[in-house]
Amino acid sequence: MTDMKWTRKDLIGLEDLSADEILFILDTAEEFKKVNERRVKKVPVLRGKTVINFFVEPSTRTRASFELAEQRLSADIVNMSASSSSLSKGETLLDTAKNIEALQVDIIVMRHAASGAHQFLAKNLRCGVINAGDGAHEHPTQGLLDIFTIRQKKKKIKGLNISIIGDILHSRVARSNIYALLKLGANVTIAGPPTLLPKQFEQIGVRVCDNLKDAVENADVVNLLRIQHERQRASYFPSIGEYASVYGINRESIKYVKRDALIMHPGPINRGVELESEFADGDQSVILEQVTNGLAVRMAVLYLVAGCLKTN
Amino acid sequence: MVRSKEVYNYILEKARVIDPKNGIDEVRDIGIENGVIAEPEKISNAKIINLEGLVIAPGFIDMHVHLREPGGKDKETIKTGTMAAAAGGFTTIVSMPNTNPLADNPSVIEYIKSHCELSAYVNVLPSGCISKGSEGIEMSPIGGLKKAGIVAITDDGKCVQNHELMKHVLMYSKTFGLPVLDHCQDPYLAEGGLVSEGYWSSIKGLRGIPVAAETIMVSRDIILAEAAGWKVHIQHVSAGDSVDMIREAQKKKIRVSAEVTPHHIALTDECIKDYDTNFKMNPPLRTEEDRQKLIKGLQDGTISVIATDHAPHTTTDKLVEFAYAPFGVIGLETAVCVCLTELYHKDLLSLTELVSKFTVGPASVLGLDIGSIEIGKKADLTIFNPDEKYTIDSGKFYSKSRNTSFNGKEVKGRVIGTIISGRFVFSQIDGIKGTF
Repeated sequence: MTDMKWTRKDLIGLEDLSADEILFILDTAEEFKKVNERRVKKVPVLRGKTVINFFVEPSTRTRASFELAEQRLSADIVNMSASSSSLSKGETLLDTAKNIEALQVDIIVMRHAASGAHQFLAKNLRCGVINAGDGAHEHPTQGLLDIFTIRQKKKKIKGLNISIIGDILHSRVARSNIYALLKLGANVTIAGPPTLLPKQFEQIGVRVCDNLKDAVENADVVNLLRIQHERQRASYFPSIGEYASVYGINRESIKYVKRDALIMHPGPINRGVELESEFADGDQSVILEQVTNGLAVRMAVLYLVAGCLKTN
Repeated sequence: MVRSKEVYNYILEKARVIDPKNGIDEVRDIGIENGVIAEPEKISNAKIINLEGLVIAPGFIDMHVHLREPGGKDKETIKTGTMAAAAGGFTTIVSMPNTNPLADNPSVIEYIKSHCELSAYVNVLPSGCISKGSEGIEMSPIGGLKKAGIVAITDDGKCVQNHELMKHVLMYSKTFGLPVLDHCQDPYLAEGGLVSEGYWSSIKGLRGIPVAAETIMVSRDIILAEAAGWKVHIQHVSAGDSVDMIREAQKKKIRVSAEVTPHHIALTDECIKDYDTNFKMNPPLRTEEDRQKLIKGLQDGTISVIATDHAPHTTTDKLVEFAYAPFGVIGLETAVCVCLTELYHKDLLSLTELVSKFTVGPASVLGLDIGSIEIGKKADLTIFNPDEKYTIDSGKFYSKSRNTSFNGKEVKGRVIGTIISGRFVFSQIDGIKGTF
């Protein structure tokens, strides 16, 4: 295990972390993965700590994963959504968060539709802030669980060719993956409709590709992002059907994917759009393992952040 | 306007007088008698003030100020906004019409004027809306607004999208000698945008406003100004490509002028990387390449005006998620020192060139006979020390708002006094009191 000390009370994004910090989280997650494989899946490391899951933007799977992670660490937890909070009564985010903090909550796990919302809160709060997704900016625990899964299967990250396909422009999953994978020495390719593919990522060393075949041919990992129907209405591409035929993994395009390449997806899948069912469920798919690993990664993040709180 | 009752005669001694309009840059004495500029030798019983080491310039003009009154007194009032103007060295400001109610009819102009009479510390020249309700559909009563006292028309904050209406407005406003000021922005390209579209918007996952949103409308305005044979003034140019287009149009003698803000001169879009809402403004901060082209535009005269786009917002309004914060920053109290620091002390503009952007530049766009120092004219003067260093502290602002991009910035150059009609409105000079 990497010899280092974790010093952050917040996890805002993977862009801010060093390669060593990322590896340290992954190594810590390995330990928690073992906990999840026991008969009694619970450890007391967060006993007496309070965590609030504050989902200003709705989520089902990420929230469930965080909740389970917190419970398995023995934390006391409260769940709050935008509609159940005073945000719906016109209170500012900062006031809501300050009130949460005044209840002596130790960690706020938040999802928010505005990029940068977590950085804004973390600057203004003493308690820990964990980002469960901010706008189109980052989704660090998703990035970590993706990399954890890749490392588990491929035994390394450095030198791997990793292609991320889909709506990169609006994707926080893509950004967290890109920033962390580059730090760990992977070769990252992004591909998708040119309207959803920011060319500027070339400046940080990403290969930008508007052709699916070129993007996946040498890939060791193909990570497919969920395409949102709203994007079609906003005239980024003509139709979901056309997206599926040009950028989806189907019987035709699977020919370009290496036989040993991993197929990943952050979920929820639009079956038949990004990915045909037979490949979502096929032997190259690690989609459900991603979900399982997400739990271990979130336990690791909660554990590390809790260890740095000034309230200790 | 709020004025001290007593009027003194002054002889301002030994300052470096810079009057770009008259090509003056020399150490000389300036006399003020009964509020107007006079020959120093002919004034009796004058107070003599030694201003050695300081610069006296014609009173600075800011042709882009949001005073927020009526309708936004929590952000700024005519009183606090004009105090900020005076403290920043401005003797004349043009107020933007996007108040609540909008200044799209003569009664609102009358209201603003009567309020200024009671509580303004500097000359306030109102502008009126181009279109009714700034909706871009019907022309506002431009003739009636002119009679009520406006000096320009603009739908600032919005941009007339109907090209035929814009063409008619340019043709019609010519009759009244009113320049048309345009916030050039295509709403479809800018839809939902928060920062400049580019590297930083991509990295930070913030929706971008592309350069094309501005340049498309700049080119539209140039085409229509040529057709109408009248003046269009491009407000707060942010994109380098806009400067190139304006330069080409000016070569063809098309009547297009342009302004730039101190923040677009001093800052780039990298400033948004920590999601600080005090760097969120519209148009957004652009790249270093754009910034260099804006400076080049100032140097070769393509851009003749520096204006602040002073846009006050309360701390509560700004202390929110980046996406939800309103656009805009204040600038009246930092414009002169920031421009001295970024343009004069970096050898990009001479003092005369810099002073012209605050005086004869805007006066010429507005078609007003102000912005110079001439015998018999109102003594509106700005006094500054080009070399004094200090640190900007928003806590000391006269403005009611604190949303500056420059808090904590070390600057070189400081406004020392502001004289309007021969009276010291603002003064840091020993023994001389300002009005507030």
